[in-house]
Amino acid sequence: MSAAEDLGYREKPHELKWVGTNVARTDGVDKVTGRARFGADLIMPGMLFGAVLRSPHAHARINGIDTSKAEAVKGVKAVITRKDFEDQPSEMIQVGELTVNIRDVIRNVLAREKAMYDGHAVAAVAATSASIARKALKLIDVDYEVLPHVIDVVEAMKPDAPLLNEDQFTDGVDPKPDRPSNVAKRLEIKLGDVEKGFAEADVVIEREYKTRPVHQGYIEPHACVASYTEDGQGEVWCSTPGHFLVRAITSRLCGIEVSKLKVTASEIGGGFGGKNIVYLEPLALALSRKCGRPVKIAMHRNEVFRATGPTSGSHMKVKIGARHDGKITAGWAELMFQAGAFPGSPVFPAAMCAYACYDLENVLVIGYDVVANRPKTTAYRAPGAQISAFAVESAMDEMARELGIDPVDLRLMNAAKEGTKAAYGPTFGPVGQVETLQAIKNHPNYNVPLGPNQGRGVASGFWFNIGGETSVTMNVNDDGTIALTVGNPDLSGTRTSISVMAAEELGIEPERIRPAVGDTTSLGFNFISAGSRTTFAVGKATVEVARVVIDELRARAAATWNIPVEAVVWEDGHARPASSNAGDFEPLSLEDIARDAKKTGGPIAGHVETNVSGAGPSFATEAVDIEVDPETGHIKILSFTAAQDAGKAIQPNLVEGQYQGAAVQGIGWALNEEYIYDEQGRMENPGFLDYRMPVASDLPMIDAVIVEVPNPNHPYGVRGIGETSIVPVMAAVANALDDATGVRVQELPLSPPRVLKALNEKNGNRLG
Amino acid sequence: MARYHVSATVNGDEVDFLCEPEQTLLDVLRDELHLTGTKEGCASGDCGACSVMLDGRLVCSCLVMGAEAGDCSIETIEGMAEGERLHPLQQKFLDYAALQCGYCTPGLLVAAKALLERSPDPTEIETRYWLAGNLCRCTGYDKIIRAVLDTAAEMRGE
Repeated sequence: MSAAEDLGYREKPHELKWVGTNVARTDGVDKVTGRARFGADLIMPGMLFGAVLRSPHAHARINGIDTSKAEAVKGVKAVITRKDFEDQPSEMIQVGELTVNIRDVIRNVLAREKAMYDGHAVAAVAATSASIARKALKLIDVDYEVLPHVIDVVEAMKPDAPLLNEDQFTDGVDPKPDRPSNVAKRLEIKLGDVEKGFAEADVVIEREYKTRPVHQGYIEPHACVASYTEDGQGEVWCSTPGHFLVRAITSRLCGIEVSKLKVTASEIGGGFGGKNIVYLEPLALALSRKCGRPVKIAMHRNEVFRATGPTSGSHMKVKIGARHDGKITAGWAELMFQAGAFPGSPVFPAAMCAYACYDLENVLVIGYDVVANRPKTTAYRAPGAQISAFAVESAMDEMARELGIDPVDLRLMNAAKEGTKAAYGPTFGPVGQVETLQAIKNHPNYNVPLGPNQGRGVASGFWFNIGGETSVTMNVNDDGTIALTVGNPDLSGTRTSISVMAAEELGIEPERIRPAVGDTTSLGFNFISAGSRTTFAVGKATVEVARVVIDELRARAAATWNIPVEAVVWEDGHARPASSNAGDFEPLSLEDIARDAKKTGGPIAGHVETNVSGAGPSFATEAVDIEVDPETGHIKILSFTAAQDAGKAIQPNLVEGQYQGAAVQGIGWALNEEYIYDEQGRMENPGFLDYRMPVASDLPMIDAVIVEVPNPNHPYGVRGIGETSIVPVMAAVANALDDATGVRVQELPLSPPRVLKALNEKNGNRLG
Repeated sequence: MARYHVSATVNGDEVDFLCEPEQTLLDVLRDELHLTGTKEGCASGDCGACSVMLDGRLVCSCLVMGAEAGDCSIETIEGMAEGERLHPLQQKFLDYAALQCGYCTPGLLVAAKALLERSPDPTEIETRYWLAGNLCRCTGYDKIIRAVLDTAAEMRGE
């Protein structure tokens, strides 16, 4: 087996030079100087401004759309409606960790029979200025027949609820139901026998929980520029974590061949899963096709909130049984998740992950995917796992209190470890759950004395991580520098982490490698940057391609020296003669070989196209200290400690940043963030003033602890680190609230009015 | 639509532009002057991604009309580095990994520079409150605050 084929983890025989150090971001200077070009930053000659008309109704039949007045406005060049797109059949396609139905995708991109939620796109306009486009929107006459709507998941499940889709019958139920329902699917994750487990329990905790929908909250609104030319070729520039996915969906919806659409990913201003789906690109391309000019569409924040990516609101029931000695005997849960207007909530990963932190014999998790008149949910950082963890980890905390066992110790006694069979299927290899728990237990923050109205909460979380289709090309330039082309947009420094691994393999300084995100014409297919896969999967493929290139470099040296290639080794960026030839020739550097490439066979390059497997599951445990203001119910975060297993941190400061950012997103979810709807089903807070995300003054420093239990399936031990740290946060904060006040709140967010109400209900506010 | 002719100074250069009455300074910077380093995150003054200096005052350019900028001096992220030399804040943001996606970064840098010009030795709390108008969804602010405090120390010669 050649070095390129063995991509498993091995202790390195020498000290790593760059892996594990903080290397300058290759995109850093562009991003601190304003040069980096994001979705809305491209300006093309003759470019028009697009705008999207959105439904003001949560649920309405569209009986007609009259665009004639808008088309008559001077400066309006194109108007499109549902008539401009052919319908799509029902067919499931994969998007990130979730799958979507292309029939639903086209309806989500532009309403067909009905507007399904407030903010649903109904028509789009391209005009010579943004103000003309906005004015034209107002002149489009849509004949809506307003229908009853439903938002809440429990209401949507009722037999007499307003029906979103008359053709939807609950999947996963036997026999097949004879009436349509808003419940798209019922699913189960099962291990052992929970009834037997509960019979063995001394203590059973049974609770219900509710969470509200929240938004990913990336600061960059969705934006794209599309251009369609008379020869049937299309080009799209857009903010996306997966331009190959944009190409797949946009070409399909617009009815053009894949080869005729080139998609370039701009820099992406955050996504967190919320940009794992396509909204604007087919509209911009269809507008451009109609008028022959490039069209830019950039959403306003109001549109981002009303029409894109929130995660599910949920209603959950949890039941956990344990013996007095702390052994958990059974875990059960029922998860009801809002999918939004079309099926596909993250209830499946929520069910997979619900009890994955624990080594249990008996688990049953039942999930329901339920449509409601809200924007179609998209992935949000460890999609679903954070929601089920809020329920399970809150109940675990109550169990610890009931048993009189420290919450970290209870988790340690039951922790998933190597050999644990997870309820969702796999048997874990080496994993770091025990290590994250010990890291928290030993952290100074976990042992600081607490003052009045202060409390400490702890919780754990799990995310499985993914691999997926990956293509990487490495070109050796004639001066011995490297052009490394990957196909995954870089949300957080992945380009740099990937080139660090290439540098380590090649034995050259990272600065000599220029990584770039190639467009869809430059590489084979790449799955999107999601599932914490990029540094893991693209890194693994890059190590492979580096080894392919090294083999070629050795071959060129062997040819130069006229010795067998097996007698040439690659060390420290040089080809050296080895074995019986050792010392016979001066080593050849990468520059030497590159310079003479023309004479030894032509350009030197390597490429790898692969479906990467072996993603390493990642666990996290987090502790939070809070102080509760008994007069207002306001919760202040005093300290936050996030310990997560990275496998191996390629660049520690970037890994810390992931943990810190995920923790703070979770803090926002725990304390403030929620979609608020009025009686008509319209979102009441579609802006950053009323949808309150954490700001700098809300927070302390966030202590990130990097645990490293190497992933055996990656050459440097990388697992993937982007998601798990958000999973425990909401439960940790709720557990801290209980610790501070004795009040258990089972509904998010823990906003001042809700906390104050709970405090007042308990003991007439014992803190007061 | 009638457009106003406006003259202003941007990053030390005299500029002229035509703007519609409803165009904001942010729209003008991006769409008319093609200075796209200043970002739109909300267009309602809640996120700070469009922060610029207007006659020495830190403002959200989405809350200033383009026509109001006549005869004003505007400083944007594009004017922060001096030639090839990054401003110390820019360098520290890189050193501390105080950015991930980088979208909020121009606004944060402009706002942080305004803080240090006014308060060369800010406390952590002061820094956190000054930057409370600049949303960042990626970093959790930790490394941003550290970068700003360390820049302040460096600029004071400590």
